[in-house]
Amino acid sequence: MTLRAGWGRFRPSETRVARARAQADVAAALAAGPLIARGNGRAYGDSAVSPGLTLEMRAMDRMLSFDAETGVLVAEAGVLLADIIGCFLPRGWFPWVTPGTRFVTLGGAIAADVHGKNHHIDGGFGSFVESVEVMGAGGRVTRAAPGDDLFGWTLGGMGLTGVILRAAIRLRPVATGWIVQDMRATQTLEATIDMMDATLSAPYSVAWLDCVTTGPMMGRGLVMLGRHAEVADLPPSQRGRPYETPNKPTLRLPFDLPAVALNPVTRHAFNALYYWNGRRKPGPRLVDWASYFYPLDAILDWNRGYGRAGFLQFQCALPQDSARAGLTALLGAIARSGEASALSVLKRFGAQDGRFSFPMAGYTLALDFPANDRSLKLMETLDQITLDHGGRFYLAKDARLPRAVLEASDDRVPAFRAMRAATGAAGRFISLQSERLGL
Amino acid sequence: MSGRVQGPVLILGASSDMARAVARGFAAKGCAIQLAARDPDRLADDKADLETRYGVAVSLHAVDALDIESHAGFVSGLPALPAIAVCAIGLMGDQDENEIDMTRAAQILRSNFEGPASLLAVLANAMEARGSGTLVGISSVAGERGRASNYVYGSAKAGFTAFLSGLRNRLAQKGVHVVTVLPGFVATRMTEGMDLPKKLVAEPAEVATAIVAAVEKSRNVIYVRRIWGLIMAIIKAIPEQIFKKTSI
Repeated sequence: MTLRAGWGRFRPSETRVARARAQADVAAALAAGPLIARGNGRAYGDSAVSPGLTLEMRAMDRMLSFDAETGVLVAEAGVLLADIIGCFLPRGWFPWVTPGTRFVTLGGAIAADVHGKNHHIDGGFGSFVESVEVMGAGGRVTRAAPGDDLFGWTLGGMGLTGVILRAAIRLRPVATGWIVQDMRATQTLEATIDMMDATLSAPYSVAWLDCVTTGPMMGRGLVMLGRHAEVADLPPSQRGRPYETPNKPTLRLPFDLPAVALNPVTRHAFNALYYWNGRRKPGPRLVDWASYFYPLDAILDWNRGYGRAGFLQFQCALPQDSARAGLTALLGAIARSGEASALSVLKRFGAQDGRFSFPMAGYTLALDFPANDRSLKLMETLDQITLDHGGRFYLAKDARLPRAVLEASDDRVPAFRAMRAATGAAGRFISLQSERLGL
Repeated sequence: MSGRVQGPVLILGASSDMARAVARGFAAKGCAIQLAARDPDRLADDKADLETRYGVAVSLHAVDALDIESHAGFVSGLPALPAIAVCAIGLMGDQDENEIDMTRAAQILRSNFEGPASLLAVLANAMEARGSGTLVGISSVAGERGRASNYVYGSAKAGFTAFLSGLRNRLAQKGVHVVTVLPGFVATRMTEGMDLPKKLVAEPAEVATAIVAAVEKSRNVIYVRRIWGLIMAIIKAIPEQIFKKTSI
């Protein structure tokens, strides 16, 4: 038995752990009992910790083929997006959709149907998956493509349809390793939302919100737009090697910071500093891909910053019609609680018809809080506000959602359960999260 | 001799976790790779992986470490005599079983010493005739001093370490370099399920990086994590009178 938790390090649990190196290992593990596959452990909560066996997939990380005509890569599920970028950016390719960390596995990205800063235009990770190979409850491997039931349920299915073994994904041709970033400061939440609504044609769009300032300035922020730079955007000296970007040193937090390190005062200071620093450099400028997409990856193990008790993420999606009211209510509740989220991120979502994927046309807000009783209480309030505004919750971030709240938020749950029962997946693929939510 | 590595690189015992990582380490440098294992059919996906990731040429070869007679034919049958050969062949077995089952114990001794030594000897002779090459033997800290918990495996590794040392000495003036690798604990199939202190356990990729660097810099003996040099110095320094009563 080994202790495992999600990236938030909230309430680790004892679980049996095994490592799969090849398909035969997965089959053997499955024959022995119920399990959940685990990638690189970047889901924040208990999505990839099993009450049965936690099957680590990182060693199944072979890239099997790449078609330079179509940009289609076939790889095993344990490959990291970081490896894909490392191998293919120098050849002119980049993932079409990437979450805020490159240290996720291909299998994890599919299971959570992750989204990036371009969801409003390109959709989620699943939009660029050509096929998946899944080992189902009986140990049989099925290849599924868009349109197939299994494919639809596996995208966003949190590993609960079976073990994702391999997938074919399409990469995006890029001319450089640089992003032209256009940063714009806003004064109010209304202005932040207006700005995002007015810039829907920007390929990438994300806003950082100041979740600390109250009053009329509540929700002021920095809207960061971006597009892949063309060679002509680069300074002449760099045009000959457009994919080369500075190799920034990564830092590592070698030990847990004391829980007080990220306290309300330091979170206030951080938010104010970040805002004013951003305001000082508005307008377009060149940013390397790692700094643009993965600012937090620069500090390995940054999750230790919250101390031993860990931290909690809250991420909801709100439909377009009620997004303004919902976001105002959410930020108001946070301000009233006196808790401050160190990092609050707002994104636009485009339409998406996933069987069980998280995004819906509208907005998504992601917040993090230190794990303590006050935060847990606040998150109950945030749950209710989300429900009141027709929103739903991101399971890849969740570590504590009550079953009743999930059921109230998502009318797709009964069909997901029925699928699990009909395919035999219900008894074979179980995580602490699936048990908590009754999935 | 130091500087950029050049292939082809032969990996003996290519199906292990450490060997896979070492193959990637050299392929990332642009080296052609020859993967050799008992059952090369099982390496098809690994070949595809190296080709897809790094665009290098990869060939698969069958080798049986315990079939000594076959070794000369194996080496002469390679598409090219490798510039670098890494031997990752090894078998830990179960110490309790090795103590009572002499057939099993002999298999451990042969798999960790006799087989690897024979393969490297054949390669050494060919490299000596050519006047260039690097041989890398992955041995073990377990060979530094026999301990109750794994002395059958350890004694075979001790033999292999001494063999590598002698080979290095013999070939030092012949343009052929020999690297001895003493990895300490590595997170592989061999150590899965063992409860080991995290600071002492290296990832296979870390071993691979260390091996590529050792070849580039013509290092003689490397521990992957430095702390192992200190640990083994202490373990070797304990007087036998005391050591025999410990359970390390």
